[in-house]
Amino acid sequence: MARRITLKDNLQESRLFLRRTLAAILVAFLLLLVLLGRLAYLQIVSHEHFRTLSEDNRVRIEPVPPTRGLIFDRNGVLLAENLPSYRLDIVPEQVDDLEATLDRLGELIEIRTQDIERFHRLRQRMHRFEGVPLRLHLNDQEVARFAINRHRFQGVDIQAGLTRHYPLRSQAAHAVGYVGRINENDLQVLDEKNYRGTTHTGKTGIEKTYEDVLHGTVGYQQLETNAQGRTLRVLERQSPLPGSDLYLTLDARLQAAAEAAFGEFNGSAVAIDPRDGSVLALVSLPGFDPNPFVKGIEYDRYQALQRNPDQPLFNRALRGQYPPGSTLKPFVGLAGLELGVIRPDSHVFCPGFYTLPGKERLYRDWKRSGHGHMNLHDSIAQSCDVYFYDLARSLGIDRMHDFLAQFGFGERTGIDIVGELPGLLPSSEWKRRARNEPWFPGETLISGIGQGFNLTTPVQLAAATAALATYGDFYQPHLVKALHAPDSPGLQPVFQPQARRIPHSDIRNWDEVIQGMIDVVHGPRGTARAIGEGLGYRIGGKTGTAQVFSMPQEEDYEYDPEEIAFRLRDHALFIAFAPVDDPRIAVAVVVENGGSGSGVAAPIARQILDAYFATQDSETP
Amino acid sequence: MEINPGSGTRRTLMQRLHLDGMLLLGLLGLCVLGLVVLYSASGQSDAVLQRQLIRLGLAFVVMFVVAQIPPSLLHRWTPWLFGAGIGLLVAVLVVGDVGKGAQRWLDLGVIRFQPSEVMKLLVPMMIAWFLADARLPPDARRLLGAGLLIIIPTLLIARQPDLGTSLLIASAGFFVLFLAGLSWRLLATLGVLAGALLPVLWYFMHDYQRQRVITFLNPEQDPLGAGYHIIQSKIAIGSGGLYGKGWLNGTQSHLEFLPERSTDFIFAVLAEEFGLVGVLLLLGVYAFILLRGLYLATRAQDTFTRLLGGSLSLTFFVYLIVNTGMVTGLLPVVGLPLPLVSYGGTSMVTLLAGFGMLMSIHTHRRLLQS
Repeated sequence: MARRITLKDNLQESRLFLRRTLAAILVAFLLLLVLLGRLAYLQIVSHEHFRTLSEDNRVRIEPVPPTRGLIFDRNGVLLAENLPSYRLDIVPEQVDDLEATLDRLGELIEIRTQDIERFHRLRQRMHRFEGVPLRLHLNDQEVARFAINRHRFQGVDIQAGLTRHYPLRSQAAHAVGYVGRINENDLQVLDEKNYRGTTHTGKTGIEKTYEDVLHGTVGYQQLETNAQGRTLRVLERQSPLPGSDLYLTLDARLQAAAEAAFGEFNGSAVAIDPRDGSVLALVSLPGFDPNPFVKGIEYDRYQALQRNPDQPLFNRALRGQYPPGSTLKPFVGLAGLELGVIRPDSHVFCPGFYTLPGKERLYRDWKRSGHGHMNLHDSIAQSCDVYFYDLARSLGIDRMHDFLAQFGFGERTGIDIVGELPGLLPSSEWKRRARNEPWFPGETLISGIGQGFNLTTPVQLAAATAALATYGDFYQPHLVKALHAPDSPGLQPVFQPQARRIPHSDIRNWDEVIQGMIDVVHGPRGTARAIGEGLGYRIGGKTGTAQVFSMPQEEDYEYDPEEIAFRLRDHALFIAFAPVDDPRIAVAVVVENGGSGSGVAAPIARQILDAYFATQDSETP
Repeated sequence: MEINPGSGTRRTLMQRLHLDGMLLLGLLGLCVLGLVVLYSASGQSDAVLQRQLIRLGLAFVVMFVVAQIPPSLLHRWTPWLFGAGIGLLVAVLVVGDVGKGAQRWLDLGVIRFQPSEVMKLLVPMMIAWFLADARLPPDARRLLGAGLLIIIPTLLIARQPDLGTSLLIASAGFFVLFLAGLSWRLLATLGVLAGALLPVLWYFMHDYQRQRVITFLNPEQDPLGAGYHIIQSKIAIGSGGLYGKGWLNGTQSHLEFLPERSTDFIFAVLAEEFGLVGVLLLLGVYAFILLRGLYLATRAQDTFTRLLGGSLSLTFFVYLIVNTGMVTGLLPVVGLPLPLVSYGGTSMVTLLAGFGMLMSIHTHRRLLQS
């Protein structure tokens, strides 16, 4: 029975459905009729009206990219500017015989096969009425030669634009960075609307970090065009808002002097104003010329830079992680005093080596004959290893870690350039986590003299030195001092320097350590006493040497034996601040394969300090 | 699964493939017409054409696969799929990716996926399933239940916010109700109620949605801003006249006056280049597809498939009306593509999956013994 009812229902329901479907069709056709009526109104009744509008419709809206902000050093020396450049565009729609035109152009202007390949590639993606770039960066002669012959080339034209240029070339290249063509990855983060018409974006350094400040805001212009789409005149223009100019804390003269001071050596130096964390110089050698990157560096040249065993593209100041060696000793010494493990007059006898109780292994001092009876002050000035082996053992690795962490070791300083590495400040907890191994007592000893697992970057070392020099004011290092927005008259500061105070337990402990550092340079037995001669100001410093454990492995590169010997030489380090009474500059110098901290790194540091005070004297009346 | 009694019954190749020849012909015709217009609208870009062809190919494969699923199986899965769909919509609101200012996407690691798109199929399926369970026309309790089943996903999608899709989903659900015999009197009451609710809707609208309504009412007010779309589109259509400016000769579209000319406003390119004649041809193809779809629905053997088939065909038509209404300035700018013609892939797959269901409904019929 039930089944019969269902069947009956089905029939009835199918009838209902049919009726409803017919009603729906009726409504649908009524709607279509309305639509057709509208179309007939637009296309037949008002056709003339709209045709006229369409023919007059010669107004196109085009984005006008903003001019990128300039970058100056602290004294107004130009570090990044925009130079006029010319490119050759072809509008495919207006060219009858493309191949012939390319041939004829080739007689006037050098056009390489890769230019043609790129042109065809771009052409696929662009509209036929748009100008497709054929040659970029025409020189003046080429511009002139084409201008004379322009009438022969329908649909070919020269477009003027601005290209980023770095007048100081390799100088400070690692700080300023460079711009390059916008690629797929950049598009993910950039505001598409604001970058309409923009071709380049900051890739590294300041150019990248301050991209949003430097770029500006896009403008628009209404263009009247002829029937082929060629621009006749500009009807209305909403000007773009240029990017802000940046004034860096960097001093170009100091930067140049610092780079020159290294001579043929590779390495890095960072100079910081300890009073506010301003970076005065940021050296990473060898440098590189950023200008080819703007135009799109050729593959061969890029490969050569990449394969260069000296790694010019590698930003050593931020990413070079070196063992701090003996430059860590003042900080370890301060830890001993502040934590009450030692007192200024605590003595240790240095026979030239150290052993752990019950162990046979000898931990050697750099001075084989030993330093004799040593206190902290003398151990810093003469860089006694045995004293710090003993102190490290008393402190233990974890107390040492916690104290040194206050100076920013093992952590990114937060400097305003991307890509900084954190270095490594070991602890027993770190070793368990990273290596799944327990901490061995012997490792504590070598950590006490800045070897073993310890790694620091030059910028970290400079920031820590600055914090020591100011009795515990730790400033985040920064490179940008102020910006000049186009719509405001004056300079606006970018940073409000804020010190993180490192707590004191007794100010005399700091005096003691700093006195030791002064005697590194000015004491009769100081390791860097050689640079103390003829100084017009007083320096606190500390030498260091770092063992080279491995060297860069480049498969395609064949080392000759002399070269290997050189590349296995120790890195030389020196940290310094001056003048000691009121420190205005703190510097960390790392000389790769320099061999000796006192012989190589300290003189470089002195040259940097000399240059700094020379510029200061010439500046202040 | 398939019962095929009567040795005398011969099944054509099309039937064995579970396809409907007439419908397929209409769809393919529409796609060819669309590609011709798209080639011109994209500035003769081979790359765009290629990508569209790949998407279309993919969508037709999906249609073919869906056509192989017997309706009985669809019927069984419907409530589960619907439940899962609602879950995904909630997930989108909670963890979804924001793309172009609206939260519509769900990132599944491998693919990004738009649950609201699938709801275009799941809502009519669910309502048809729910109503087919009892006698038709539905009683008050069923109506209320169906109403809830429509309103919940509609509001969830409107929150994303995606006005176009929520409109489509609401109408797909409504069509099922209408085809199931919703009484005319109730229909009239609902109409009046909807009119009264308009101000409330206005209150809940986002600024950009309100802006669209204002622009629709008075496009000349903001000729370089929001009204630019409609003004330029009207000029393109009107200047096309009876016979059009000829293929690839549309000045409006080629000189970049017409925005979104490959996607939502592609109808204006067609009207400019092919004139009223071209438009009539296009509308003819759409009408043919609609009629064939509805015909297939009336031939369905049970209430569920009948209601589903009818609703899917009518929803397809809603796309057409809303899009052309928008481009000709009859309706406000709601971001709906011209089905199977506009450049872009998400709705294409859903639409063809729907037609796959229609074909499945038609070709999986049990042959009754005479």
